[in-house]
Amino acid sequence: MDDLIVKNITKIVTPFIQLYGIYIILHGHISPGGGFAGGAIIGASLILYTLAFGLDEGHKLAPHSLTSKVESGGIFWFILLGLVGIIFGGRFLDNQSAGFYMGGLGDIISAGLIPLATIGIGLKVASTMITLFHATIQED
Amino acid sequence: MRYLNVILVLFLIVCALAVEKTKDLVGAVIIFASYSLVMAVLWLLLRAPDIAMTEAAIGAGVTTILFIGVISRTRRMEK
Repeated sequence: MDDLIVKNITKIVTPFIQLYGIYIILHGHISPGGGFAGGAIIGASLILYTLAFGLDEGHKLAPHSLTSKVESGGIFWFILLGLVGIIFGGRFLDNQSAGFYMGGLGDIISAGLIPLATIGIGLKVASTMITLFHATIQED
Repeated sequence: MRYLNVILVLFLIVCALAVEKTKDLVGAVIIFASYSLVMAVLWLLLRAPDIAMTEAAIGAGVTTILFIGVISRTRRMEK
Protein backbone atom coordinates (compact mmCIF):
# COMPACT_ATOMS: atom_id res chain seq x y z
CA MET A 1 0.00 0.00 0.00
CA ASP A 2 1.54 3.27 -1.12
CA ASP A 3 -0.85 6.14 -0.41
CA LEU A 4 0.38 9.60 0.57
CA ILE A 5 -2.79 10.64 2.44
CA VAL A 6 -2.97 7.44 4.49
CA LYS A 7 0.72 7.69 5.44
CA ASN A 8 0.56 11.34 6.51
CA ILE A 9 -2.68 10.91 8.49
CA THR A 10 -1.17 7.87 10.21
CA LYS A 11 1.94 9.87 11.13
CA ILE A 12 -0.22 12.62 12.66
CA VAL A 13 -2.77 10.43 14.43
CA THR A 14 -0.64 7.58 15.87
CA PRO A 15 0.94 9.56 18.80
CA PHE A 16 -2.48 10.73 19.97
CA ILE A 17 -3.90 7.19 19.92
CA GLN A 18 -0.92 5.94 21.92
CA LEU A 19 -1.24 8.83 24.39
CA TYR A 20 -4.91 7.93 24.90
CA GLY A 21 -3.97 4.29 25.50
CA ILE A 22 -1.32 5.26 28.05
CA TYR A 23 -3.87 7.54 29.76
CA ILE A 24 -6.36 4.69 30.05
CA ILE A 25 -3.71 2.30 31.40
CA LEU A 26 -2.44 4.78 34.01
CA HIS A 27 -5.96 5.63 35.19
CA GLY A 28 -7.05 1.98 35.26
CA HIS A 29 -7.74 1.90 38.99
CA ILE A 30 -9.72 5.16 39.32
CA SER A 31 -11.75 5.40 36.11
CA PRO A 32 -13.34 3.13 33.49
CA GLY A 33 -10.87 1.20 31.40
CA GLY A 34 -7.76 -0.55 32.61
CA GLY A 35 -4.98 -2.71 31.33
CA PHE A 36 -6.93 -4.64 28.71
CA ALA A 37 -8.71 -1.65 27.11
CA GLY A 38 -5.61 0.57 27.07
CA GLY A 39 -3.37 -2.21 25.79
CA ALA A 40 -5.88 -2.94 23.02
CA ILE A 41 -5.82 0.72 21.97
CA ILE A 42 -2.00 0.82 21.88
CA GLY A 43 -1.95 -2.45 19.93
CA ALA A 44 -4.49 -1.01 17.46
CA SER A 45 -2.24 2.02 16.90
CA LEU A 46 0.72 -0.29 16.12
CA ILE A 47 -1.50 -2.30 13.73
CA LEU A 48 -2.49 0.96 12.01
CA TYR A 49 1.20 1.83 11.57
CA THR A 50 1.93 -1.59 10.05
CA LEU A 51 -1.06 -1.30 7.70
CA ALA A 52 -0.03 2.13 6.46
CA PHE A 53 3.72 1.59 6.05
CA GLY A 54 3.95 -2.13 5.26
CA LEU A 55 5.19 -5.16 7.12
CA ASP A 56 8.91 -4.32 6.87
CA GLU A 57 8.51 -0.92 8.57
CA GLY A 58 6.25 -2.55 11.15
CA HIS A 59 8.93 -5.13 11.89
CA LYS A 60 11.44 -2.28 12.24
CA LEU A 61 9.20 -0.49 14.75
CA ALA A 62 8.22 -3.58 16.74
CA PRO A 63 10.55 -6.49 15.94
CA HIS A 64 9.37 -9.98 16.82
CA SER A 65 12.27 -10.57 19.23
CA LEU A 66 11.24 -7.49 21.27
CA THR A 67 7.47 -8.06 21.27
CA SER A 68 7.72 -11.71 22.27
CA LYS A 69 9.99 -10.77 25.18
CA VAL A 70 7.64 -7.97 26.31
CA GLU A 71 4.72 -10.40 26.09
CA SER A 72 6.43 -12.97 28.31
CA GLY A 73 7.74 -10.25 30.63
CA GLY A 74 4.27 -8.79 31.18
CA ILE A 75 2.79 -12.01 32.53
CA PHE A 76 6.00 -12.67 34.54
CA TRP A 77 5.67 -9.20 36.15
CA PHE A 78 2.00 -10.00 36.98
CA ILE A 79 2.97 -13.28 38.70
CA LEU A 80 5.75 -11.50 40.63
CA LEU A 81 3.21 -8.94 41.92
CA GLY A 82 0.96 -11.79 43.01
CA LEU A 83 3.86 -13.29 44.95
CA VAL A 84 4.47 -9.89 46.62
CA GLY A 85 0.95 -10.20 48.06
CA ILE A 86 1.89 -13.60 49.52
CA ILE A 87 5.18 -12.28 50.97
CA PHE A 88 3.41 -9.41 52.77
CA GLY A 89 1.07 -11.81 54.52
CA GLY A 90 -1.99 -12.30 52.30
CA ARG A 91 -3.13 -14.58 49.53
CA PHE A 92 -2.08 -14.47 45.85
CA LEU A 93 -2.58 -10.91 44.44
CA ASP A 94 -3.91 -9.58 47.77
CA ASN A 95 -3.80 -5.80 48.05
CA GLN A 96 -5.71 -4.42 51.01
CA SER A 97 -5.47 -7.40 53.34
CA ALA A 98 -1.72 -7.57 52.64
CA GLY A 99 -1.32 -4.09 54.10
CA PHE A 100 -1.26 -1.86 51.03
CA TYR A 101 -3.47 1.24 50.94
CA MET A 102 -6.63 1.60 48.88
CA GLY A 103 -7.14 3.85 45.88
CA GLY A 104 -7.92 7.53 46.42
CA LEU A 105 -10.32 9.47 44.21
CA GLY A 106 -8.28 11.17 41.49
CA ASP A 107 -4.85 10.02 42.71
CA ILE A 108 -2.83 8.17 40.09
CA ILE A 109 -0.24 7.07 42.68
CA SER A 110 -2.52 5.12 44.99
CA ALA A 111 -4.05 1.66 45.38
CA GLY A 112 -0.80 -0.19 46.11
CA LEU A 113 -0.14 -2.95 43.60
CA ILE A 114 -3.09 -2.36 41.26
CA PRO A 115 -1.48 0.27 38.95
CA LEU A 116 1.67 -1.86 38.61
CA ALA A 117 -0.40 -4.92 37.69
CA THR A 118 -2.40 -2.81 35.23
CA ILE A 119 0.79 -1.61 33.50
CA GLY A 120 1.93 -5.23 33.16
CA ILE A 121 -1.42 -6.26 31.64
CA GLY A 122 -1.33 -3.33 29.23
CA LEU A 123 2.16 -4.19 27.96
CA LYS A 124 1.17 -7.83 27.52
CA VAL A 125 -2.04 -7.10 25.62
CA ALA A 126 -0.40 -4.54 23.29
CA SER A 127 2.53 -6.82 22.40
CA THR A 128 0.24 -9.86 22.01
CA MET A 129 -1.92 -7.95 19.56
CA ILE A 130 0.95 -6.75 17.37
CA THR A 131 2.66 -10.18 17.44
CA LEU A 132 -0.61 -11.86 16.40
CA PHE A 133 -1.15 -9.38 13.56
CA HIS A 134 2.39 -9.70 12.22
CA ALA A 135 2.11 -13.50 12.33
CA THR A 136 -1.22 -13.36 10.50
CA ILE A 137 -0.23 -11.19 7.53
CA GLN A 138 3.30 -12.58 7.13
CA GLU A 139 4.01 -14.08 3.72
CA ASP A 140 5.36 -17.61 3.84
CA MET B 1 -34.45 7.12 25.96
CA ARG B 2 -36.51 3.94 25.71
CA TYR B 3 -37.16 4.56 21.99
CA LEU B 4 -33.42 5.02 21.40
CA ASN B 5 -32.82 1.64 23.02
CA VAL B 6 -35.49 -0.01 20.86
CA ILE B 7 -34.04 1.53 17.69
CA LEU B 8 -30.52 0.39 18.56
CA VAL B 9 -31.61 -3.17 19.37
CA LEU B 10 -33.61 -3.37 16.13
CA PHE B 11 -30.51 -2.16 14.25
CA LEU B 12 -28.48 -4.92 15.97
CA ILE B 13 -30.97 -7.59 14.88
CA VAL B 14 -30.98 -6.33 11.27
CA CYS B 15 -27.16 -6.25 11.26
CA ALA B 16 -26.91 -9.80 12.61
CA LEU B 17 -29.31 -11.10 9.94
CA ALA B 18 -27.50 -9.15 7.20
CA VAL B 19 -24.11 -10.60 8.19
CA GLU B 20 -25.56 -14.07 7.76
CA LYS B 21 -27.23 -13.25 4.41
CA THR B 22 -24.37 -11.35 2.72
CA LYS B 23 -22.39 -13.32 0.14
CA ASP B 24 -19.57 -10.75 -0.12
CA LEU B 25 -17.36 -11.45 2.89
CA VAL B 26 -15.76 -7.97 2.97
CA GLY B 27 -19.22 -6.41 3.12
CA ALA B 28 -20.17 -8.84 5.88
CA VAL B 29 -17.10 -7.76 7.88
CA ILE B 30 -18.04 -4.07 7.52
CA ILE B 31 -21.61 -4.80 8.66
CA PHE B 32 -20.13 -6.69 11.62
CA ALA B 33 -18.02 -3.63 12.49
CA SER B 34 -21.13 -1.44 12.54
CA TYR B 35 -22.79 -4.08 14.73
CA SER B 36 -19.89 -3.74 17.18
CA LEU B 37 -20.12 0.07 17.21
CA VAL B 38 -23.85 0.02 17.99
CA MET B 39 -23.18 -2.63 20.63
CA ALA B 40 -20.61 -0.25 22.19
CA VAL B 41 -23.25 2.51 22.37
CA LEU B 42 -25.64 0.03 24.00
CA TRP B 43 -23.02 -0.93 26.60
CA LEU B 44 -22.64 2.78 27.35
CA LEU B 45 -26.42 3.13 27.81
CA LEU B 46 -26.31 0.09 30.12
CA ARG B 47 -23.74 2.04 32.23
CA ALA B 48 -20.75 -0.22 31.51
CA PRO B 49 -18.29 2.31 30.04
CA ASP B 50 -15.23 0.08 30.35
CA ILE B 51 -16.91 -2.68 28.35
CA ALA B 52 -18.00 -0.05 25.79
CA MET B 53 -14.39 1.12 25.44
CA THR B 54 -13.11 -2.43 24.98
CA GLU B 55 -15.90 -3.28 22.52
CA ALA B 56 -15.12 -0.22 20.39
CA ALA B 57 -11.38 -1.01 20.33
CA ILE B 58 -11.56 -4.80 19.91
CA GLY B 59 -14.87 -5.40 18.15
CA ALA B 60 -14.90 -2.50 15.71
CA GLY B 61 -11.13 -2.08 15.25
CA VAL B 62 -8.96 -5.14 15.70
CA THR B 63 -11.48 -7.86 14.79
CA THR B 64 -12.26 -6.09 11.50
CA ILE B 65 -8.58 -5.79 10.63
CA LEU B 66 -7.90 -9.46 11.47
CA PHE B 67 -10.91 -10.62 9.42
CA ILE B 68 -9.84 -8.54 6.43
CA GLY B 69 -6.29 -9.86 6.78
CA VAL B 70 -7.63 -13.41 6.68
CA ILE B 71 -9.93 -12.68 3.70
CA SER B 72 -6.99 -11.20 1.76
CA ARG B 73 -5.21 -14.56 2.17
CA THR B 74 -8.22 -16.61 1.03
CA ARG B 75 -11.10 -15.76 -1.37
CA ARG B 76 -13.56 -12.90 -1.12
CA MET B 77 -16.91 -14.37 -2.22
CA GLU B 78 -18.78 -17.01 -0.31
CA LYS B 79 -19.62 -20.07 -2.42
